[in-house]
Amino acid sequence: MSKLFTFEKPLGMRDTLPFLYNVKKRVRQAMAQELEQWGYEFIETPTLEYYETVGTASAIADHQLFKLLDQQGHTLVLRPDMTAPIARLAASRLYQHGNPLRLAYHANVFRAQQREGGRPAEFEQIGVECIGDGTVTADAEVIRLMIAALENVGLERFAVAVGHIGYVNALFVDVLGNEERANVLRRFLYEKNYVGYRHHVKSLPLSSIDQQRLLKLLELRGGTEALARARELVQTEEGKKAVEELEELWHALKLFGVTETIKIDLPLVSHMSYYTGILFEVYADGVGFPLGNGGRYDELLEKFSCKAPATGFGIRLDRLIEALPEAAADNEIECIVFSQERFAEAIQLAEEQRKKGKKVVLQHIAGIGDIDAYSKRYNITYLLGRAGKEN
Amino acid sequence: MLTIAMPKGRIFEEALELLRKAGYALPPEFVESRKLMIDIPEEEMRFILAKPMDVVTYVEHGVADLGIAGKDVLLEEERDVYELLDLRISQCRLAVAGLPNSRLNDIAPRVATKYPNVASSYFREQGEQVEIIPLNGSIELAPLIGLADRIVDIVSTGRTLKENGLVEFETIANVTSRLIVNPVSYRMKDEKIDELVERLAAVIANEEKAVL
Repeated sequence: MSKLFTFEKPLGMRDTLPFLYNVKKRVRQAMAQELEQWGYEFIETPTLEYYETVGTASAIADHQLFKLLDQQGHTLVLRPDMTAPIARLAASRLYQHGNPLRLAYHANVFRAQQREGGRPAEFEQIGVECIGDGTVTADAEVIRLMIAALENVGLERFAVAVGHIGYVNALFVDVLGNEERANVLRRFLYEKNYVGYRHHVKSLPLSSIDQQRLLKLLELRGGTEALARARELVQTEEGKKAVEELEELWHALKLFGVTETIKIDLPLVSHMSYYTGILFEVYADGVGFPLGNGGRYDELLEKFSCKAPATGFGIRLDRLIEALPEAAADNEIECIVFSQERFAEAIQLAEEQRKKGKKVVLQHIAGIGDIDAYSKRYNITYLLGRAGKEN
Repeated sequence: MLTIAMPKGRIFEEALELLRKAGYALPPEFVESRKLMIDIPEEEMRFILAKPMDVVTYVEHGVADLGIAGKDVLLEEERDVYELLDLRISQCRLAVAGLPNSRLNDIAPRVATKYPNVASSYFREQGEQVEIIPLNGSIELAPLIGLADRIVDIVSTGRTLKENGLVEFETIANVTSRLIVNPVSYRMKDEKIDELVERLAAVIANEEKAVL
């Protein structure tokens, strides 16, 4: 490796300068306020977790994990998401009496990037986990809450695509007979390769009716009419149950008044094995990547020896900020530049102004390198020379 | 407005032909100029002309909603985009070629290619550990001057290989151009995109019938 420049940071790591810091703070607060108003309680978990437990349970692929060793030789990971640590915490301590638990978080997560090394490898996520409630109303609540939180931040044009992995699995197993073949097709959907999916379906020794059923899955996009078409493609109990859940979800979201933003998207497979039911992704105008995603993960808590259904969402703060209209710099800072003889007066003035809620810097004139450059940065009040004289 | 990233050259011409057949009113010669961005306000479309390998990048980042890219590029780049339609144009294949009766050198097996990812995963799947030598063009030179025993490249008619005295050993994948879509655009502009896909799919199905 070539010699590092002194200003260099590890690949994908970024500094947050004051302007961005303020924007992030404002967006985080607006999101958090909404989450709290729905009764979700914020928690923090450690940055480091054991690879064997949280690392392997996480939805994030192994090659994206930052790993290190502790002094005892255990492999640790920098948390790649917040869902797995929260599942660990809920399973071991908080989830009791089978009653639902509503938790929220905002935290930096770490994911090593494979290509274009400058993409963020550490970024902040904000989201919720609703643990212990297996009803569709819980799915509807987290989707509604995600929309409410995004609206509270001021996001205008966005859409939520909603799928159901149980539906996809039921259709595949019904037509193809076994899980292994279903897995091949599921991978095509996960890779968003619809051309490959169609080629593969056409190469399978199936009746033309069954081929059509598999091909029609790709067209199950839209509103309630897509659900009606979805119902026609499945015959098994599992398949029908999945459609019923989606209908129930649609009904609940209608009561919440947010179906405008929702797009049914049954071929949506956002992970190969993690989600177990309803799942979703959220997109906004002006950003090429999803802002966040979520869904039902009823099998995760089992990995921490506690069986419980769960659902939640996570939003990437960096992408959300990119989607928002550019924020004006609203960070006015006052500055009192004083000379030694008026120090006491400066202290008093600063305290008065701070009490009024202003941000005030107290700066000795002798500490300033270039007063012209300095005065471009702050609104300066000068307390110089003999006391009693302005400026 | 839909922004469509297109590779310059033959694929562009063939793709335009498809779009015209699908009923989009595109002017007859708008490729003459050196402009890289062409607006067609009547159809609410904007075309961006890019290098084939870059089309997928534009679409992944969402600065283009749609793109037309060869399967070779998609295999090489593995970008997070929807591959919605096989346009059946610019047919060719990714193949392994070399000098006749030659074999991979045991001591230093080398493969020259414009497709390092495709080549390295192909040879890994064959159980061969090879050294990949990335080149930017004239790949056929590599075996002739002793840089590599094998090349991995696009072959359409096989003429270039033949004229340079090379033979094709194995096909890695069949290649045609694909319509790709950014995942966000696929949701935010779903009606427009679904319509375009439907119209193109009908044209492609028709042409296939005509061939049969």
